[in-house]
Amino acid sequence: MLAEKRILQTNTYLCTYSAIPIIKYLQMAIFSISNVAFRGVSACVPANEVSNSDYELITEKERESLAKNIGVNKRRVRATEATTTSDLCFEAAEKLIAELQWDKKEISLLIFVSQSRDYIIPSTSGILQDRLGLPKTCMALDINLGCSGYVYGLANAGALISAGMISKALLLVGDVSTSNTSYYDKSTYPLFGDAGTATALEYNESATPIDFNLQSDGGGYDAIIIPDGGMRSPIKKESFDLVKYGEGIERTGIDVALNGIEVFNFSLREVAPNIKKLSKHYDKPISDFDYVIFHQANKLINNTIRKMIKVEPEKVPVSLDKFGNTSCASIPLTMVSEIRESLRTEHKKLILSAFGIGLSWGTVFLETENIVVPELIEI
Amino acid sequence: MKIEEFIAVVEEEFEDEIDAGKLKAGVKFREIFDWNSINALRLIALVKTEYDVTINAEDIQKTETVDDLFAIITARQE
Repeated sequence: MLAEKRILQTNTYLCTYSAIPIIKYLQMAIFSISNVAFRGVSACVPANEVSNSDYELITEKERESLAKNIGVNKRRVRATEATTTSDLCFEAAEKLIAELQWDKKEISLLIFVSQSRDYIIPSTSGILQDRLGLPKTCMALDINLGCSGYVYGLANAGALISAGMISKALLLVGDVSTSNTSYYDKSTYPLFGDAGTATALEYNESATPIDFNLQSDGGGYDAIIIPDGGMRSPIKKESFDLVKYGEGIERTGIDVALNGIEVFNFSLREVAPNIKKLSKHYDKPISDFDYVIFHQANKLINNTIRKMIKVEPEKVPVSLDKFGNTSCASIPLTMVSEIRESLRTEHKKLILSAFGIGLSWGTVFLETENIVVPELIEI
Repeated sequence: MKIEEFIAVVEEEFEDEIDAGKLKAGVKFREIFDWNSINALRLIALVKTEYDVTINAEDIQKTETVDDLFAIITARQE
């Protein structure tokens, strides 16, 4: 009794007077979000399909290597500039809401994740709130992330819902990356595709917790970058000049620049450890999961990471060959295009792992059961 | 690990690029297959998954033969 009182006094003393908390806080962004149910996902891509076998800037042999090693064969590219990411997300959202039979008045959160917003300002999320006819009681915000956008988006939406004040939320994620590439840059032009997706999340106290491990490394900020147009390097006349960086590598200051080697090294260094760490922290063996869905950017990278975490190819769906790198939309697009039937009819345990621009990356452990997955929409 | 095992692993990965039996101790890489950046990446990825060793483009640049590469990998395994 006396000993317990002493311990209590000591603990109180330490809590009050010391900077060292008694409860040990994990000094990382590894966390579990409760009360959030994943209700459905939908995707919309342009109907216009482009094939890399027609890319005349590179030789036939280079086109073959592209398909074989990078893994991109066909891509969906918006037919005109009139189609924006928000248009693609809008279509995906309308269809999802309809199939879920959700009452729009009950949606209180909309997050739009993209690097290709409608305007420099204002945010696109507000524009979508209005277009979708969501009530003004809905909060809306944009997140500017690319490759890692879906996992970061799930974490942000999930955290807001988890507290219990928001019952229904839409996470709209997509990009029209093809708008930022230079035709004369063979290291970027044939990689990307356009897509917009919608994910429905709902407050539910019996939902299985969703686990996250999110990371960042701004030291690699220029591994993937559009140099001009922001505050750091404003647009000037020279921003539109085509500059040659190598054979078959010419672009302007407003085209995306991609350092393939740096992204490759980063992916091989960081992604598998991130997944393994989450698995170890929550004691959920990777082999327990039904599918591992990677961000779709590079077949060699994804296959290497797959081998590093010892997962069979059958568990790793791929949409890269058909749609290209669709930035933050790639994971939800892959769910819709590759495993739609099993997601609709079964209980599935998923690992989602995304990595890239930022550098930013993260993994999610998610369980779904009979979720709503409309057919892929093409406009 | 013996160099023969390493050679077998590399041959299997690059079976479409290297004719069987061509890759031997003492052979210069660049003489028997197309030494481009994609193949360099494939080699880096292979070494990572098979041996959990990180090599980079500079390492590959410095090597001439299979033995050179083998030496780097075994040194980093310790």
